[in-house]
Amino acid sequence: MTNPYLPYEATIIERIQESPNLFTLRLCFTDPKLQSDYCFEPGQFNMLYLYGVGEIPISIVSDPKDEHIIDHTIRAVGRVTNAMSNLKPGARIGIRGPYGRGWPILEAEQRDVVVVTGGLGCAPVVSVINYMSHRRERFGKLNIVQGVKHSNDFIWRDRYDHWRELPDTKVLLAADDGEPIWPWHVGRVTDLFDQLEFNKDHVIVMLCGPEGMMRVVIKHMLEQGVAAKDIWLSMERNMQCAVGHCGHCQFGAKFICKDGPVFCYEDVKSLLGQRGF
Amino acid sequence: MTNKNSKVEFLPRSHFQELIEHLQQAGYTCVGPQVHEHAIHYAELAHADFLPQGMSEEQSPGQYRLHEAGHDRYFAWANGPQALKPLLFTPREALWQSSNNCEDNASLCFKELIPEQRPLAVIGARACDLAALYIHDKHFLQHGYRDPYYLARRKNMLLIAVNCTHPADTCFCASTGDGPRATYGYDLLLNELDDGFIIESHSEKGVAIQTQLNLQAAEASQLEQANDAVEQAAARQTRGLPAQNLSQPLLDNLHHPHWEEVAQRCLSCGNCTAVCPTCFCHSELDEPVLDGSHSVHYRQWDSCFCQKHSYIHGMTIRDTAGLRYRQWMTHKLGSWHEQFGRSGCVGCGRCITWCPVGIDITEEAKVICSGDQHD
Ligand code: SF4
Ligand code: SF4
Ligand code: FES
Repeated sequence: MTNPYLPYEATIIERIQESPNLFTLRLCFTDPKLQSDYCFEPGQFNMLYLYGVGEIPISIVSDPKDEHIIDHTIRAVGRVTNAMSNLKPGARIGIRGPYGRGWPILEAEQRDVVVVTGGLGCAPVVSVINYMSHRRERFGKLNIVQGVKHSNDFIWRDRYDHWRELPDTKVLLAADDGEPIWPWHVGRVTDLFDQLEFNKDHVIVMLCGPEGMMRVVIKHMLEQGVAAKDIWLSMERNMQCAVGHCGHCQFGAKFICKDGPVFCYEDVKSLLGQRGF
Repeated sequence: MTNKNSKVEFLPRSHFQELIEHLQQAGYTCVGPQVHEHAIHYAELAHADFLPQGMSEEQSPGQYRLHEAGHDRYFAWANGPQALKPLLFTPREALWQSSNNCEDNASLCFKELIPEQRPLAVIGARACDLAALYIHDKHFLQHGYRDPYYLARRKNMLLIAVNCTHPADTCFCASTGDGPRATYGYDLLLNELDDGFIIESHSEKGVAIQTQLNLQAAEASQLEQANDAVEQAAARQTRGLPAQNLSQPLLDNLHHPHWEEVAQRCLSCGNCTAVCPTCFCHSELDEPVLDGSHSVHYRQWDSCFCQKHSYIHGMTIRDTAGLRYRQWMTHKLGSWHEQFGRSGCVGCGRCITWCPVGIDITEEAKVICSGDQHD
C-alpha cells in the first residue's frame, strides 16, 4: 500500500517568470521510473512541498502526453508560494499527486466547447485548452474567453495568439480596465458573449476563476438554453491533505480535493454563491 | 451479531482482573477508563483496581461533576470528554520527515513515519463511541485513500464494549439510534450487574479470550436484569434531535436568525469539535528541527471554528461565528448523510457538556429546523 501523504523528490528543470507575481516551475521526478509512470488528466492538481515550509495544491498546466516534464504555474501569494518563487533550476521540491477529478474531456469530444476564465492566469483551464489545441480535430467549435481586471494582468499572449490561429477557434479577451494600447474589449467578459459560436444542445462549458464571475456566466449560459449538466467549473478551497481526510476543502457534502476540483454545475448549484460555504 | 462460537456467560466482579491478565498475556496493552483531573479518561490500565469503581457523574450544558456514588460498579457513569478517537486519530502525529542533505535544496529525501503500534485492548467502549468508530473507519479507510496511520493503530485494536446503564442528562444516543446498546466493531461485550458482568464474544479474537476465562453460566434472571437496565437507560434520556436526517430542514433554514443568536453566545473555542468523537478535521504543518538536519511533517486536530480553517487566497470563507456554527451543524447533521450514509452525530452529548457556555445542539437544531423565524 502506498502512503497517500508522502511526497517524492522532484527537480526544477526550468523556472519561467510569467508576470511580476506569477511563475512557472517545470518539474521532473528525480526517479525516472516515477516520471515515466506519472499520468494525470487536465484539471487535476499536485501537492507541491517546499522543505521546511509546507505543502500547497497547484494545478498541472502541462500536457498529459508530455512524459518528460510537469508544469505548474504558481501565484506568489502566501507563505509557501512566496518561498517557492525564490527557487532556482536544479533545486529539489516534493510532489505528490495527481489528485481530484479533471475536466470532462471525453464528454466534450465532438461537441462545441466554451472555456471562460477570469482572474490571473487561470492555470486549471490552460491545461485543457492546450489539450484540445493539440487534438483539435476531436472537438467542435472552440471558444476561449478570458477576462482580466487590468490589461497588465494578461499573460501568455503568445499562447492566446497561437490558439487564435487554430481552425474554428475564437479567442475573446476582455479587461475591466485597459491601457490605451489594449487591442481587445474593455469591460466584462459577458459583454462578449453574443460573439460566441456554439450549439447550445451540443456544447460543454468550462469555467474557472472567481465564483462571482462564474455565477454570472452560468446564469447567462442557462438563459441561452445550455443544460446545467453541460456546465463545468473548477473550484478552490483551503486544502491540507488532498485525499479527502482533513476536512478543510468541504463545500457542503463535497470534498473539493477528491470529488472536484472540477465539478458539474448540477452537483454544486444548491450551495454555489451561498456566503460561508 | 454474536459470534457463532460465543457463549453468553457470567464473570463475577471478583474475577474481573483475570480478564485484564489474559489480555496482557495475549500481548495486549490494556486501556481503560480512569479518574484523571476530576474526569473519566481512557489511559493505559495496569490493574482493575484503577478502574473508576463507585464513581458516577452529573452532566448538564457546560457542567461535568464526578462524585463517589457508594456502589461497587466500574462503569456506572456516562462518557467523559474523550474515549476512542484520540487512540486512533491522535491529536497530533508525525506523518513523514524530509531531509535536505545539501545546500540550495539540491537533494531531498522523504521518510514515512508510520507508528509502531502495540496491540491495544480497550476496555469499556460505549455504543456512541463505537458508532463514531464506524464513521471514522469509513472516513479513513474506506472512502478512496486509505490512511496508513489510522490503519496501523486500528488493525491492532481489540475492543471490549460495555452497554450503557447510566446515561448523562446530556446523552441522546437513543434518539440518534446509536445506543445505549453497542452495535458495531467490538470483540467482547459486557453488561454490568451489581456483582459482575454478562460477557459474550463477537469475533474470533473475542472468543479466544473468553474461552480462557473462568466463567459461570449466565442465568436467565441475570440476562433479563441486564436487558432491563439498558432499556431503562434508553428510556431515561430526555434530549433528542428532531429527526435522524436533518439535511433538508437545515438547507431550508440557512438564513434562520437563530444562527446569529447562537453566534452571540459561541466563543468559537472549538471545544465542541475537539470532544466530538466524529469530528475529523485536521491541518498539516511542517516543523524543521532545531539542528536543521530535517523537517517533520505533522497533522494535528483542527476545528471548523478556527478562522484559518476556511482561509484561501487572502480571504476567510467563514469569517463570522454564525457562519462557523452553521458550517459545523449543517455538516454534522446534514451533509454527513450524503458523505457517510448517516448523521455525523452519535448522540454522545459531549459537545453540550463541554461547551463553556452550554450551547446545546439538540435545542439549537430544534429551533433552526422548525423553520419558525420568530425565536
Ligand atoms: S455532535 Fe455533539 S452529541 Fe453529536 S456526536 Fe458530536 S459531540 Fe456527540
Ligand atoms: S459551540 Fe460551544 S464548544 Fe463549540 S465553539 Fe462555540 S462555545 Fe466552543
Ligand atoms: S484537502 Fe483535505 S479533505 Fe480535501
